[in-house]
Amino acid sequence: MHQDEGFPVSRRGVIAGGVASATLAAAPAAQAQTQGSAQPAPPTMPVTLKVNGRTTKINVDTRTTLLDALRENLKLTGTKKGCDHGQCGACTVIVEGRRINSCLTLAVMHEGEEITTIEGLGTPEKLHAMQAAFVKHDGYQCGYCTPGQICSAVATLGEIKAGIPSHVTGDIAAQPTVTTDELRERMSGNICRCGAYANIIDAIHEVAGTERTA
Amino acid sequence: MKAFTYERATSAKEAASAAARMPGAKFIAGGTNLLDLMKLQIETPQHLIDVNGLGLDKIAPTADGGLRVGALVRNTDLAADARVRKDYGVLSRALVSGASGQLRNKATTAGNLLQRTRCPYFYDTTKPCNKRQPGSGCAAIGGFNRNLAIMGTSEACIATHPSDMAVAMRVLDATVETVNAAGATRAIPIADFHRLPGATPNIETSLAPGELITAVTLPKPIGGTHIYQKVRDRASYAFALISVAAVIQPGGRGRLAFGGLAHKPWRVEAAEAQMPNGAKATAAAVLAGARTTSQNAFKLPLVERTIGAVFEDAKA
Amino acid sequence: MKFDTPATANPTDRMKVLGKPIDRIDGKLKTTGTAHYAYERSDAAPNAAYGYILGSSIAKGRIESIDVADAKAAPGVLAVVTYENAGKIGKAKNHTARMLAGPDVQHYDQAVAVVVAETFEQARAATKLLRVNYARAKGNFDLAASQGSATKPKSGTPDTAVGDFAGAFAKAAVKVDERYTTPDQSHQMMEPHSTTAAWTGDKLTLWTSNQMIAWAVGDMSETLLIPKDNIHVMSPYVGGGFGSKLWIRSDAVMAALGSRAIGGRPVKLALTRPQVMNNTTHRPATIQRLRIGAQKGGKITAIAHESWSGDLPGGGPETAPNATRLLYAGANRMTATRLAVLDLPEGNAMRAPGEAVGLLALEAAMDELAEKLKMDPVQLRIVNDTQVDPEKPSRQFSQRDLVGCLKTGAERFGWNKRNPVPGQVRDGRWLVGMGMASAFRDNVTMKSGARVGIDKKGMVTVATDMTDIGTGSYTIIGQTVAELMGVPMDKVIVLLGDSSFPASSGSGGQWGGNSSTAGVYAACMALRESVARKLGFNSDDVVFEDGKVKSGNRSVSLSEAAGDAGLSAEDSIEFGDLTKTYAQATFGAHFVEVGVDSATGEIRVRRMSGAFAAGRILNPKSARSQVIGAMTMGVGAALMEDAIVDTRFGYFVNHDLAEYHVPAHADIPMQDVFFMDELDEKSSPMKAKGIGELGLCGVGAAIANAVYNACGVRVREYPLTLDKVIGKMV
Repeated sequence: MHQDEGFPVSRRGVIAGGVASATLAAAPAAQAQTQGSAQPAPPTMPVTLKVNGRTTKINVDTRTTLLDALRENLKLTGTKKGCDHGQCGACTVIVEGRRINSCLTLAVMHEGEEITTIEGLGTPEKLHAMQAAFVKHDGYQCGYCTPGQICSAVATLGEIKAGIPSHVTGDIAAQPTVTTDELRERMSGNICRCGAYANIIDAIHEVAGTERTA
Repeated sequence: MKAFTYERATSAKEAASAAARMPGAKFIAGGTNLLDLMKLQIETPQHLIDVNGLGLDKIAPTADGGLRVGALVRNTDLAADARVRKDYGVLSRALVSGASGQLRNKATTAGNLLQRTRCPYFYDTTKPCNKRQPGSGCAAIGGFNRNLAIMGTSEACIATHPSDMAVAMRVLDATVETVNAAGATRAIPIADFHRLPGATPNIETSLAPGELITAVTLPKPIGGTHIYQKVRDRASYAFALISVAAVIQPGGRGRLAFGGLAHKPWRVEAAEAQMPNGAKATAAAVLAGARTTSQNAFKLPLVERTIGAVFEDAKA
Repeated sequence: MKFDTPATANPTDRMKVLGKPIDRIDGKLKTTGTAHYAYERSDAAPNAAYGYILGSSIAKGRIESIDVADAKAAPGVLAVVTYENAGKIGKAKNHTARMLAGPDVQHYDQAVAVVVAETFEQARAATKLLRVNYARAKGNFDLAASQGSATKPKSGTPDTAVGDFAGAFAKAAVKVDERYTTPDQSHQMMEPHSTTAAWTGDKLTLWTSNQMIAWAVGDMSETLLIPKDNIHVMSPYVGGGFGSKLWIRSDAVMAALGSRAIGGRPVKLALTRPQVMNNTTHRPATIQRLRIGAQKGGKITAIAHESWSGDLPGGGPETAPNATRLLYAGANRMTATRLAVLDLPEGNAMRAPGEAVGLLALEAAMDELAEKLKMDPVQLRIVNDTQVDPEKPSRQFSQRDLVGCLKTGAERFGWNKRNPVPGQVRDGRWLVGMGMASAFRDNVTMKSGARVGIDKKGMVTVATDMTDIGTGSYTIIGQTVAELMGVPMDKVIVLLGDSSFPASSGSGGQWGGNSSTAGVYAACMALRESVARKLGFNSDDVVFEDGKVKSGNRSVSLSEAAGDAGLSAEDSIEFGDLTKTYAQATFGAHFVEVGVDSATGEIRVRRMSGAFAAGRILNPKSARSQVIGAMTMGVGAALMEDAIVDTRFGYFVNHDLAEYHVPAHADIPMQDVFFMDELDEKSSPMKAKGIGELGLCGVGAAIANAVYNACGVRVREYPLTLDKVIGKMV
């Protein structure tokens, strides 16, 4: 058995703004303000993004995620930043036909790729069938996870059609079908804290032309 | 995230040599774990070598009847491959039990093997962690460690390896193929690929610096019933508390590997002899030498019961 | 408009628009990504710089020094603001912890600095270059260890007592005396706290994500020590709040300080997901003791509910015994609420504060009592129904249809199929069980104002600082206007979430829907009066319908009545003593079926059903969404949500959405919601009550009771994770 005893901590510790050297052992006395060391400008790179059918060339800090490039550089703020760590799905977009978390990929990694965001699916004047179904079934509340849910839902139906199995697929070697369990499992990478899940599943069923099975 | 330079590599050897040439370089493929960690400055590469253009995204048969899975094959594509679904069902099952559809579309075979632990203290740079900052201590021992390891732990680290895929690879006796800057290749049995923490939990695999994974090969199919049972608090989109990858042959013999127990996919080949004797005997052999904390001792009965359930499923 | 006598027949009774399941009027914007949240206001605040907060890495102590030199010298950095250069900062009365640490640190991740830079990437990286030297102080982080030192809170009603509890409990034929615990929980709304701030001279504009606009202005005024008149707050879309955005947080304060430091240029700032957990508020953990004594027939003779929680010095308790004061009859009763000092982040309201956790204990204890009595749990609750405030029998409930909810809910769910003996029903590997609980949540009303105007085209515009945090405020306010002014929904424009509009109730405590529409009702009635007066109509017989104003055989279109200049009116609803003279609350009954994996102990909810009585349902579609969303949050509370305190360091360890689990799609089954036909004329002229929180209250206990029924394990420490049932199952 490991000893479940308190980790020894000293009363004093220098914690460099969260840098890994944050030792909790004894620390030097308070330092006076020092002169900041000069740092080079961060590397930038050009990248050409094809978003919703429009090609745009931008110059980005290499650190810029696809999510931030969409939101901050292209002002396409329909794609949301919920956690910035791939834990919520609010940033879901469709790249080269596949849904991904745009927060966990760099803009420079998508040179020339076709990207579809919520704005590319439909507009208030001309809703995509999935957007209309979300409105009809009240598949949202605060609306913040909604663009990600919709992009994910559109891609999910494509994944089932393409025969990609899921955790709840009964026979892993067989063609999966649109069942309620399949939709729930496949949509689980999109968190909705308002809890519109049941309505979202109803909306996807409507677009798929299938009935709830559970 | 610290600033870094970025290049797109066009061949595996070039990527490996760039890694050897550039200080602080890292390969990036799916990026789903690396960027997560870079945002928190747990990973701070000065240079990223994008290996997505290397063409390592094919699944091809091997001469001895197995499959060679390119390092960049996405989790979704590996899980959906007809040959994998038919002959290596445990792998397909393990893959689709992990992460989310979005993440599986990005995450790669090699990247998944290299996933780093989800220990919350590793993830918090204001806390001690020997894996992140060697010598700083382990905050998890004596802290929140319900989800952490009970096998092969050390006084320095009780982190677990978070992958589901790697557990299935372990039960299938996969081999990891690599190339280094000199162009030399080697094949590492999956059993030797991941390390136990010992005194150096910061060193997680047997890869040399700059060595690039090019493929994972699966030996020829071994038949049997393939089961991957993942136990978790949330019904989906959650890391395993424990998981069991099983290939069970008629008569009850077979193989078992476990996730959520150790710093690496956990397999005790000697314990597999106990399988025909039932879950209790098998679990006792698998868990010999377990070191639990007050919070994760539940994993002991959980392993036994889950093995029992897997055996029942295999009979059904 | 004063509301101090019960409503009589009024124009809301027509129910031509109200009561209809109308799609949300903001739906097309939300589903196309064209609703702009606080961080997305480049239209109004172009060229914004980016702010990033550094939080404290100690839980308690002092900042001895901050070295900002490297951060300031980093590429793109425009400013670094800490307590040393922020100027004088106050603490708003609404805040327990200060929004900016220094020199004292009150909790882990309390804001220590904001770095402002040209890009997000630059601000984030430079924040890591700040070097803060702390002197750590010993803190109190463990509620269980601090229970003995808890004291009686100075405000509220910490102690209640009627009759002789101790005597009656001692004599009771059947008794339950159990201890329950609930963990700290985190709101984790999908939009992190976010703000864009800009100064023009001494005027501050904030686009922020906030539930209570007038409070936001007040809090900001008290924090920055500037007049309220100099602050303009806008929050038209809020990506969820659940109580976490009742007050401004450090995102707003630090963005404002950052903008001021760079000459007023807009600064936008969002908390990171981990900061949501430790920088903001959380629902405090509780320890609760329930004692219930009953006669053999089930009538409760004695009931006591005690609760302990903790908060920072000057904070408040989690008022877990709230519901127990009103839910069941019983002549001898007491409650006690105690508060310990803990140096964790600020504890405060999260959806249904008090009731949400109180019912996790009370309704589990009722299940235990039913079992001891060998009585059906539904019947036990029916036997103990009361139509009067049990502490003050002269005070009646305005409306109370708990019994109707219990019977209807049981019928819809198929409760009669339940086997009362645990562990008897199997479905393959699953042990299947059913459980139920009552739902109860106070009905709170709040003063609320609005301005309504008609233009020459006959369009009716309503403006109020009310917020829509996902609740459907846009739509029900639009419906109220359409109903009152006799126009279709497409002739109504709803403007919300702007401090230049009349102050509303805001969104919280499930008071927003009823109160804000009542305020809109008041403004519409004033406008109707003004239209009638202008047309020389007798306001007693005037009818507004089909876009026309009618009186006798005269009929004038609204556009004509408005004329070129238009017509507008402003009023507010002010609630009198009816909430005191009558007990006002909302009721319901939850029914749940769960499966417990007989091998692994994993618990999954298989179906949920509930019946609810909450006055008039203004929009059954959005009201149902409120309830299913609350049920979903209840699944989280019952089965997975647990903000783990590391008592050595004094912080919530699992501070992200990978480790703090909230329910995912796969956790949520079919949810059936039924609304009882009810009007509550003592609640407001809308005859509605709150619905936003009721669905959360009791549902977790129903799940726990179902788990017991499934596998025979009583878990009294929420959440019910598999480690607590494995090895104990029948």
